[in-house]
Amino acid sequence: MTSPILSINDAVKTYGSIRALDQVNLDVAEGEFLTLLGPSGSGKTTLLSAIAGFIKMDGGSLTLRSEDITNRPPEHRDFGMVFQGYALFPTMTVRENVGFPLKVRKKPAAEIQKKVNDALEMVQMGAFADRMPSQLSGGQQQRIALARAMSFSPQVLLLDEPLSALDKKLRADLQWELKALHNQLGVTFIYVTHDQDEALSMSDRIIILKDGSIQQQGDPNTLYNRPRNKFVADFLGKSNFIDVTVGAQTGTTLQCAAKGVAFNVETDTHNAAGSDVKLALRPERLKLGAPGEEFLPAVVKQVSYLGERCQVIVKHETLGEMLISCPTWKTDITPVAGLAVSIGWDPDAPVVLSED
Amino acid sequence: MPRMNEKVSYWMLVVPALAIMVIFYIVPVLGIWKIAFTEPETGLTNFVAMAGSNAVKTSFVITFRVAAITTIGCLFLGYIVAYAISNYSSRLTPLMVALVILPFWVSVLIRSFSWIVLLGRSGIVNDALKGAGLIESPLRLMHNELGVLIAMIHVMLPFAILPMLTNMRGISGAYVLAARSLGAGEWTAFRQVYFPQTMPGVMSGALLVFVLSLGFFVTPALLGGGRVLMISEYITYQIQEFLNWGLGSALSVGLLVATALVLLIAARFVNLRAALLERK
Repeated sequence: MTSPILSINDAVKTYGSIRALDQVNLDVAEGEFLTLLGPSGSGKTTLLSAIAGFIKMDGGSLTLRSEDITNRPPEHRDFGMVFQGYALFPTMTVRENVGFPLKVRKKPAAEIQKKVNDALEMVQMGAFADRMPSQLSGGQQQRIALARAMSFSPQVLLLDEPLSALDKKLRADLQWELKALHNQLGVTFIYVTHDQDEALSMSDRIIILKDGSIQQQGDPNTLYNRPRNKFVADFLGKSNFIDVTVGAQTGTTLQCAAKGVAFNVETDTHNAAGSDVKLALRPERLKLGAPGEEFLPAVVKQVSYLGERCQVIVKHETLGEMLISCPTWKTDITPVAGLAVSIGWDPDAPVVLSED
Repeated sequence: MPRMNEKVSYWMLVVPALAIMVIFYIVPVLGIWKIAFTEPETGLTNFVAMAGSNAVKTSFVITFRVAAITTIGCLFLGYIVAYAISNYSSRLTPLMVALVILPFWVSVLIRSFSWIVLLGRSGIVNDALKGAGLIESPLRLMHNELGVLIAMIHVMLPFAILPMLTNMRGISGAYVLAARSLGAGEWTAFRQVYFPQTMPGVMSGALLVFVLSLGFFVTPALLGGGRVLMISEYITYQIQEFLNWGLGSALSVGLLVATALVLLIAARFVNLRAALLERK
């Protein structure tokens, strides 16, 4: 990474006995789309508030382009921010809202006029300049909030669950637009969400937080396919977990045994023979077949039809219940509850988790 | 016929309150209007006398001045209290709201007498100032407009705080944070973003205090000691001392009309429906 635009060093914030931020270290690259992902209470919003300057950290420092901004008030940080509830000022028109950051910076009227028009054009809301925020739909308010946060060309754009109040279809559309906007402007985005789909679809890099500390970070592909621990494997997408005892490892091939079932796993990790490890197995990597077709016999417990995909819960005698997700358009069998089937997976499907 | 039933039950709910209003309020008020136009003789005599009297004019001026200054004082102090309650220390909020409402449990009469004890020639305030060597002779803190204003602001303060508090507690903290993140300092964020959103609360508080102050009797009578003659006290004099029911009634008609005018003028600038009825 070239020198980061923003660095968070050893950030600590406690609320009573709760550590909302527990020694967080993070470098943000210029122009990056960075997502802070975690369940509620994971510290993601606290971290964003600390970056914005809304809360004072109990320890640690914040550096913007190698300048210490730990104690700089929010209005001098030059970060745009989009809020969960949009926070458009209800007493101002759309134009006044978008022009607000320019007005408080005492820009000349002509410049304000031009930049407001540009910002509204950017989010295709030029026709709504003279409306009041209360006359706009949620999606439109979201666009105005974005235009307002961008109108003064901030160094970094902070987004706090900006899509969470919208319905699913609109959310999906706006995800494409946000990503396109990010590519077009090249501004650094720091995006907070609890929605894994949002994180996966837009981010260059995802930071997964839990209990105020970073669990794992990386690009969406790496995080999804190489989760480090059970929390990441289960939070980002779904996973089946199998506790196995490791046998001999030859090169990348690892012998595994779990409750009377033996199979080989392809892995780039190194594991001492005799150790116990946990494997994560994605539902879509499990294969469902007629009895005898795959290597483990099982019985279908429950089926959930989702249109393009079908989720099936099957039960194996010793391994217990497993979730399988199979495309509905190419299954040879139609799973129904009580049907005897077989399940299996390719050797490279299971991921050996390196920690608990 | 569910519609019919709904209508019937609606009127069943409204009629008792409406009956009380008509019998004990509307009818007596109409009686006052009648007296104003008929005693001692039918015609506009009372109103001509009222318009010609300098004492009445002075009293109206004092009434409106006291009500206006009381309103401004209550808004200023009340805004600070309401702001503090709604923006800081959520743990103490119930206690602070209780402290605002607590004075309602004590009669206005008692509260006004307490102010006499505090502000009198040898009251607590004067004694304390003398004891501290700050003054030689006692200050005149009551039986003048100052005393009336101090006590009026105290009595009216909750009426200013409560509507403003309701309004402010409905304003999300995100607005000020948004303004700050967009480059506005603390003061600019307050001035341009927070304050305009509190205007409905300020307006309904102002209206409430002003209209209540116009017809207020107990506190001005006690703290004014007959020297600050507001209209309500003037009316009492006419009726109790001079048995001049005609002029007394005419004055109360005048006060009612003046109050209605204030509301009408206010309605031109404020959405009264929103300010008084639809509090979020």
